[in-house]
Amino acid sequence: MTTVEERAEPGGRRVSEELLRSFFREMLLVRRFEEKVEERFRAGELPGFLHVAIGQEATAVGVCSALERADVIASTHRAHGHAIAKGTAPERIMAELYGKVEGCSHGYGGSMHLYDVEAGNMGANAVVAGGIPAIVGAALAFQLREERRVAVAFFGDGATNTGTFHESLNLAQLWKVPAIFALENNGWAESTPASQHSPLPAARLAVRALAYGMKTIEADGQDVEAVYLATLAAREHAVSGRGPVLLHLPTHRLTGHYIGDPQVYRDRDELKRERETKDPVELLRARLEFSADEFEALDAGVVAEVESAVEFAKAGTDPRPEDADKYVYA
Amino acid sequence: MPPAASGPSPAEPGSAVPPRERRVPEVTYREAVRDALQRALREDESVFLMGEDIAEMGGSMAVTQGLLAEFGPKRVRNTPISEMAIVGSGIGAAMQGMRPIVEIMYEDFLTLSMEQLVNQAAKHRTMSGGQLKVPLTIRTQGGAGWSPGAQHAQQLESWFVHVPGLKVVFASTPEDVRGLLWSAIYDDNPVVFFEHRTLYPIKGEVPDELAPIPLGKARVHREGEDVTVVATGRLVHESLRAAEEADKEGISVEVVDPRTLLPLDEDAIVASVRKTTRCVTAHEAVTRGGFGAELAALVQHGAFDWLDAPIERVGARFAPLPFAPAMEQWVVPHAEDVLEAIRRTVARA
Repeated sequence: MTTVEERAEPGGRRVSEELLRSFFREMLLVRRFEEKVEERFRAGELPGFLHVAIGQEATAVGVCSALERADVIASTHRAHGHAIAKGTAPERIMAELYGKVEGCSHGYGGSMHLYDVEAGNMGANAVVAGGIPAIVGAALAFQLREERRVAVAFFGDGATNTGTFHESLNLAQLWKVPAIFALENNGWAESTPASQHSPLPAARLAVRALAYGMKTIEADGQDVEAVYLATLAAREHAVSGRGPVLLHLPTHRLTGHYIGDPQVYRDRDELKRERETKDPVELLRARLEFSADEFEALDAGVVAEVESAVEFAKAGTDPRPEDADKYVYA
Repeated sequence: MPPAASGPSPAEPGSAVPPRERRVPEVTYREAVRDALQRALREDESVFLMGEDIAEMGGSMAVTQGLLAEFGPKRVRNTPISEMAIVGSGIGAAMQGMRPIVEIMYEDFLTLSMEQLVNQAAKHRTMSGGQLKVPLTIRTQGGAGWSPGAQHAQQLESWFVHVPGLKVVFASTPEDVRGLLWSAIYDDNPVVFFEHRTLYPIKGEVPDELAPIPLGKARVHREGEDVTVVATGRLVHESLRAAEEADKEGISVEVVDPRTLLPLDEDAIVASVRKTTRCVTAHEAVTRGGFGAELAALVQHGAFDWLDAPIERVGARFAPLPFAPAMEQWVVPHAEDVLEAIRRTVARA
């Protein structure tokens, strides 16, 4: 593809085995966390409705691992992985999903509004593309104060059809602010495939950034190492004053839009094929050549962490109803 | 607490009068807005301006004239015509410790930024459980009287009063607009700050020292005994004219300007109506669903046993603003409409 200026090369060890293993543990943690969320939601324990990002763990972990703690992100409705990868303890996210005071948004946010300002999470957003312009503004603040920080907006292919996305990219490039626009392109806007929401093929959505003269970097969203390296390159570009980057990460949503989505719109065989060949956790597990015992031990540790997050959440404090308007104004 | 404003006003002529007593009678509403912006830019590095045509051109209402020359393009920033991104990037900068002041050229164009205002600016603090604050000021202006047609003169302030998390200001005099803008800039919440186009040239006395006017404090422009007119924006001035006419008829009118619609100085309004026993609300915005309805609800509840007449509402007729001057003037309210409403309340008792 000639339209993409840089590609992080897939395959080939370019980060240490140790780092890759830590990525693997983080991705497995996100996976087990979301499997548990799905289980507890179906058991009727979690209010509201939920979106999991099973299949997209490598984008969350790869991007956030390449950031500094002082860097900030804005997330989407599919937020659990981003929040965990940016450094929020799973127990605080789980407590949020249970609507508890100990939650990362103290029970005011829920799954689609996970915040952790200390960890650099400026919030997950339930309006598609809604969080993107604030990332431009955060990056502008860093630029004005001459801070070497980057602001990252996560969004999906569906968001690239909004005016908000285009206004934001235009402004970001115009002012060359240190922002990264991380496009997690899973090819679906809820139930609508890219073929019905974009005149461009899904694989070519990054060219939209070229309309603004913005640098684009692409990496295989199922390959955490590629995502990590691409993000490092994007971050370096952004903080060195050369302007924002659109980070194009083609990925696969291996479940429905929301928990319980029957996916009547999806080809069963294709989904099965994707699950068998595109699962980023399985791909990395195979690459790292874990022995059965090694994997079992690692997995047991992760599962225990998730279980303890559930226990923490269930033991959490229910908010007082009359605190509902406590934070309307500063 | 906002820092104390100090330093000479740019609009201030030299004077030998001691500072406490110095008045600057020749300050326009426009200059008063500019003065607050200029002082904030001088005193606080976290303040910067963004908006369409605000730099070299000095804004379509000439409010920001001269600020580019003093503060440079980093702090006085022309933007593309992208209202969503203007407000949205202001939100992000505010959440990262800046105090951005964004200008939306006409309040009609606020409609293009509604998602960011209503879903983002107003809600980040609550959604984050108190972790974030959004100290963003959104300046805008509107108002009829110059035949701009239907998309350049609406009065949409009541839309924003419905949104928890926003504050809403509508200033009607030079002194108020300066003191309120200062408080808006230093408020830690998103403030939608309405200016009225036809008020920019009006002149008024302004204290030499910038006295911040707290948000949520009404101003009694004229004391009276028989009827309270609660008016905003241009209608404050129309109501004062109506009050003078009423006075000739032996009707004593009190004119109260809430100045801040959200938070609202409920006590001052209720106290005034308890004293006068009659109430007229007056704004240029369309009457139906307008802020007058909220005021009427407040007054009927807070002063029910005192009221001697139904509350009268004065506002624009229910029509998009037409172009032809005669039609435009027929749609929006004037002093005569306020006077008629005053007479109706008195006739009832």
